[in-house]
Amino acid sequence: MKVHSFHLMPYPDLPEDFKERYHSVYIDIPTALYDPARGHIVYNDYLDELEYAAQVGFDGICVNEHHSNAYGLVPSPNLMAATLARRTKDVGLVVLGNSIALYNPPTRVAEEMAMLDVISGGRLIAGFPLGTTMDTNFAYGQVPITLREKYHEAHDLIIKAWTEPEPFAWNGKYTQLRYVNTWPRPLQKPHPPVWVPGGSSPETWEWVRDMDYLYAHLSLSGHASAKRTLGSYYELLTEADKEPNPYRVGMTQACFVADSESEAEERYSEGVEYFYEKCLHFYPGFTDAPGYRTQKDIASGMARQGFGRVKEGGKVTWQDRVESGAVIAGTPEQVSERLRDTCKDLGVGHLMLLMQLGGVNRENTMHNVKLMSEKVLPNIRDLWSEWEDKWWIKPLESNRRATLTAAK
Amino acid sequence: MGFKEEKVSVRNGMFNVTVRRGGSGDPLVYLHAAGGQAQWEPFLELLSQKYDVIQPIHPGWPGSDGLEHLDDVIDMAVYYADFFDTLGLDSFNLMGSSLGGMFAAEIAALDRQYVRKLVLHSPAGLWMDDHQPLDFFAAPQDVVMQALYADPEKAMAAMPKVDPEDKEAVARATLDRAMGMAATGKFIWPIWDKGLKKRIHRITAPTLLIWGDKDGLNPPVYGPHWQKLISGSKLVSIPGTAHVPMSEKPEEFVKAVTDFLG
Repeated sequence: MKVHSFHLMPYPDLPEDFKERYHSVYIDIPTALYDPARGHIVYNDYLDELEYAAQVGFDGICVNEHHSNAYGLVPSPNLMAATLARRTKDVGLVVLGNSIALYNPPTRVAEEMAMLDVISGGRLIAGFPLGTTMDTNFAYGQVPITLREKYHEAHDLIIKAWTEPEPFAWNGKYTQLRYVNTWPRPLQKPHPPVWVPGGSSPETWEWVRDMDYLYAHLSLSGHASAKRTLGSYYELLTEADKEPNPYRVGMTQACFVADSESEAEERYSEGVEYFYEKCLHFYPGFTDAPGYRTQKDIASGMARQGFGRVKEGGKVTWQDRVESGAVIAGTPEQVSERLRDTCKDLGVGHLMLLMQLGGVNRENTMHNVKLMSEKVLPNIRDLWSEWEDKWWIKPLESNRRATLTAAK
Repeated sequence: MGFKEEKVSVRNGMFNVTVRRGGSGDPLVYLHAAGGQAQWEPFLELLSQKYDVIQPIHPGWPGSDGLEHLDDVIDMAVYYADFFDTLGLDSFNLMGSSLGGMFAAEIAALDRQYVRKLVLHSPAGLWMDDHQPLDFFAAPQDVVMQALYADPEKAMAAMPKVDPEDKEAVARATLDRAMGMAATGKFIWPIWDKGLKKRIHRITAPTLLIWGDKDGLNPPVYGPHWQKLISGSKLVSIPGTAHVPMSEKPEEFVKAVTDFLG
């Protein structure tokens, strides 16, 4: 199994009474709450945390794309990947943006991702999410009902831009280009592996399956809800006679390890609570633009993004979150066992661990990453060794790689 | 009096739309708002006592298909030219509410020959930064209700109820509403200024503008703005109503229309 470090990069300094005082963490959150000097430290801490994960042996480091929010401070995942490309050597750069319907022309994405693939020596995973309704419809003004069509056209154009050897004309509905001739070309052939992160839209699943891409379930709700989604996904694979290779499935999992259960709670629970209380404080009016979900998705009643639904009412404790599996936490033994069981049961070959959430600070995050690499990774890595991973990077051989020298 | 409902095929079957028609006299075409037109409301019945009222459902709203062949408001205006030709309507009075008012204004600007007189009730389509219309795509239900109605409680009480036990009816209502709002987004997301300001001067039909004085969705300040841009147009305010005066005060609304159309 491959294990990655995924960072949402939240803003960690929202006020105590954020939920009571402010409308939403997304779209109309006041910019006065953002302190750029604090942001400077925060970005560099987060990048350090990802680089450290690479250093201690995680397979990939993952960033994603969100706009106009304090939930995840990465409007441009390509910028993050660019800085990480020069500071790491072998780790996979899993870019779970770009929301390709947002870029005009989408060949910009083909260009930037080709640049990243070349600079990193063939270490790029190209993530193509549809994007949340907040990001695409409210922050970026895309027409909800045509977003999927625009996404698919952008996808077709990018793949053709990466693979077609000659310049070509593109007469699309959303993009018209007389000359498409992408320079540079991606290093990985025919193109970097494509991962499609998403919530729970059956329409997305069928397409991802048919394209033989990796489906990445971005879950923050743990085993039971992931079981519904990934169970349905495996059924769709079976229906289409696709090999049930676990490496075609990725999943995020919040995970916190310490020497004892009580130490785990002490170190991480407050920061994690910040995430669920503040970072998921979404105004419901921004979570479902009319037309974002198809009639089919609404009818099936399954397509709501998991993290858009925050249960009101009774206070959910750290223990509740650990028991439900939304958060896996405890001793290395406990965490190893739970991760192994989860991935085995769900058929997950690419596990993307969220080892920082909400307000978990640098020291505790580093501790978490270190313990995870030393005492958990060795217990779970052998899972799925019987399967071939066809969804992973193919970097350039080491003797052909550039030598990086540090600059001042 | 009553009405008849039928399906009409337009542009060789590309569009199959529901049309309600009732009454006799000069034809009057009514273009409905974003929320759709689920039924033959009292104001349509009142109008049908004097006119041949033709009330189509737009492609993409429940009962009418073909939305995939339309990309924007210009496509919608061209579709309506085909629709009018299919029905053999060559010169008639045209009325539209809100989003339907935007469509009607575009038709009157682009296809003058069809429109004898034009009635625009709180039309969408113009935008002032200092007087932004309500973002009804994101606003919660109670805020939308307050914007639509001067007396939201009375309006709620009068609305047709769906039996919460009837799961199929509940699902149908949810899907129908989502369908109309999704279609609406295709024409006006995220801001309903789609170029009408460059075409509005082409409207030469005698025009009546109607606004509810408590309109919370499309503020009444837009009334004089539209009036200024359509030469010779008249503006009538219906006091004690908001964005749907035809439902809140149907008699007064219909009187304003009949006084103008004659």
